[in-house]
Amino acid sequence: MPEPLLRFVDLKKSYPLGDMTVHALRGVSLDIEAGAFFAIVGASGSGKSTLMNILGLLDRPTSGSYYLEGQDVSGFDRDRRAELRNRKIGFVFQNFSLLPRTTALENVELPLLYNGRGRTPRQRHEQALKLLRAVGLGERADHKPNQLSGGQQQRVAIARALVNEPELILADEPTGNLDSRTSIEIMEILQRLNRDDGITIILITHEHDIAEYATRVVTVRDGRVLSDVPVTSRRDAARELAALPAEQTE
Amino acid sequence: MGFRETVRVALRAIRRNKVRSALTMLGVIIGVASVIAMIALGSGARAAIDEQIQSQGTALIYLSSGSMGGPGRAHQGSGSVQTLTTEDANAIAREIPTIGAWTPGVRGRAQLIAGNANWNTQVEGGNEDYLRVRNWTLAEGENFTARDVLVAEKVCLLGATVAKTLFPDQDPVGQVIRLKNMPFRVLGVLGEKGQGQWGQDQDDFLVAPWTTIQKKLLGITYLHQVSYTARTSELVEPTAVAITRLMRSRHRISNPENDDFTVRTVEEMAATRVQMAETMTGLLMSVASVSLLVGGIGIMNIMLVSVTERTREIGVRLAVGAKASDILRQFLAEAVALSLVGGLAGILLGVSVSELITKSLGWPVLITSASIAVAFAFSAAVGVFFGWYPARKAANLDPIDALRYE
Repeated sequence: MPEPLLRFVDLKKSYPLGDMTVHALRGVSLDIEAGAFFAIVGASGSGKSTLMNILGLLDRPTSGSYYLEGQDVSGFDRDRRAELRNRKIGFVFQNFSLLPRTTALENVELPLLYNGRGRTPRQRHEQALKLLRAVGLGERADHKPNQLSGGQQQRVAIARALVNEPELILADEPTGNLDSRTSIEIMEILQRLNRDDGITIILITHEHDIAEYATRVVTVRDGRVLSDVPVTSRRDAARELAALPAEQTE
Repeated sequence: MGFRETVRVALRAIRRNKVRSALTMLGVIIGVASVIAMIALGSGARAAIDEQIQSQGTALIYLSSGSMGGPGRAHQGSGSVQTLTTEDANAIAREIPTIGAWTPGVRGRAQLIAGNANWNTQVEGGNEDYLRVRNWTLAEGENFTARDVLVAEKVCLLGATVAKTLFPDQDPVGQVIRLKNMPFRVLGVLGEKGQGQWGQDQDDFLVAPWTTIQKKLLGITYLHQVSYTARTSELVEPTAVAITRLMRSRHRISNPENDDFTVRTVEEMAATRVQMAETMTGLLMSVASVSLLVGGIGIMNIMLVSVTERTREIGVRLAVGAKASDILRQFLAEAVALSLVGGLAGILLGVSVSELITKSLGWPVLITSASIAVAFAFSAAVGVFFGWYPARKAANLDPIDALRYE
C-alpha cells in the first residue's frame, strides 16, 4: 500500500481557557490517501476546526504525530510550517478571505510572493491569470472583491489556493455563505479539480448534504473520530447543475 | 517576498490612506525641515565668521587699553583707561622682531558736514600702514603718507557708505569736509566690505592720521588701541604672548589680574563667536530633534492602528505562506517609507525655509549636501526605530487568531 498523503497518529490538542483546560482533540488517528475527496463533518464544538487548523499546519498538536507525505511535521516551527503551507496546501475559507481593495489577479498572485521560486512579475501574472480563467473569471481579473458576487469571490479564492500547484486543498465551509445554486457551482469546481487534476480535497462542513459530494465522510464528535465511512450515493455537482434551470445573471 | 515587492506593497498601503499618511508624515516633515534649517543657519554663521576673519586679516593682534579685570575689581571696558601710550606702542614694535606692519589707533564719533549734507559716523585714527594692517583697499584716490601723520595733516579717507552719503553724485576725492569745524581734505575712498558679523555696516567710517584725530579732534594724549600684525600666522600666538609680557614689564604689573590692557587675536575673537554660534545652533537643533522624535511617535501610533485594522489581511498572508519575517519586513518598509517620504518633503521644506530666512531676515545660511544626507539618514532611522515595535507585533500574530479577527 502506498504511503498516505496525510497520516494522523493519536493527535491530541488541549489549550488553557481561564483556569480550565479544554481538550479539543482527544486522540485522532486518520489516513488520507493522495487523490481522495474527504469530508470532515461535525457540529460546532466537535473539534472539527481544531483538526482543520492542525491539518492545515496553522497550528501544532499538543501530542501525537502528523505525517505529511511520510514526513513528521508535527514539530515544525512557524517558518517551516509557513513554507509547507505555501507549497503543499491551498486554503479556501467560508468568508473567502480575500485582501480588500486588491484586484482578483493580485489576490491570486499573493501566495507566489511568498515562495522563493523566483518568478518574474510577468510569470506571476500569467500563472494567476491562467487560474482565474480556469475558474471562469478571466474577464474579471482587475475587479476588486467588493465588485464581485459571493460565488465569484469564492472562485477567486479557489484560484488563489491553486496557484502554487498544491497537493492538497483544504476547504473550510466553502459554501457556508453561498446560496444553494452557487454552492453547487463551487462543489462542481472542487469535484473537477479532484477528478481531473488528482488534487486531494479535504472539505470541512457541518452540512451533511454538502458532505455527500465527497467520497468519504469522517464524522468528528467530542474531539474523536466517530465514524469514517465511504459515501454510498455520491452527488455529482456537474450533473445537478445541468439539470437546474439556466440562470441569466452572472 | 522580494525587495521590489516589499517596496511596492508599502507604497500602495501609504497611498490607500492619503490623508492619514500625510498627517502622519507631517511630524517628520516639520522635524526634518527644522533640522535642515538649523544646520543651514549654523553653517551660514560659521562661513560668515570665516569670511570676516579673512577680511580683517588673520595675523592681526589687538592691544587695547583697559581689561576685563579680575574678581573684586571694577571692570573697565577696553579703551576706557588712559595708560596706553605712544611710547608703549613704539617700544613693542621696536623690541618684538616678529611684528610686521602695525598702526596706533584712536577713535571717536563725529558729525561730518559736506556742503549741505551731514552724517554722524565713527572716526578712526591710524598711520600710513592702517589700510595694510586692517586689510582695506583703496577704491580711488590715494593713502595718506608718513609725513601727513608726522605733521598731523587734516586729510582723510572715507568709507564707502560715508562717501555715498555725503557725495551722492560727486567724486569725493579732492573735496573738503568739515569735522568739528575743521576742514579735512578727502584723499581717497575705501573699497567696500559690507556687513559685519553682527549686521553692522563696516563701511560707515572715516580714517585720518592718528596724530590729527588724537590732538586736534579728541584732545587726548593716550591711545585707545594698537593693531599689530605678526609676520606669519604661525607667529600670532608667540607674538601676542611677547606683547603681553612686555606691556606688564613696562607698566610694572606682576599680577595678571591687575592688567590695564588687553591683548586679543582675531582668531581668538573668531573662536568665541564660532562657539556662540554653535551653542545657539545646538540649542535650536535639540528643539528640532524633539519634533523629529514626536514625528516618529506619530508614525509608531499610526502603524499600530494599521496593524490592528489589517489583522485579517495579516492572517490571510500568513495562511498562504508568509513567514514572520515577511510580515515584519512589510510593516517596517511601510514605516520607513512614511518617514522617508516625510523626510524628503521635510528636506524640500527646510531648504525653502532657509532661503526665506536669508531673504526676509538677511541671515546667512549655507545648505550643505552633508546636512541633507544627515537629515535623510535620520528620517530613515526614525522609521526603522519607531516602525519596529508595530511590525514586530504584526509578525508575531497567530495566523488562526488573525484569520478569525473581526
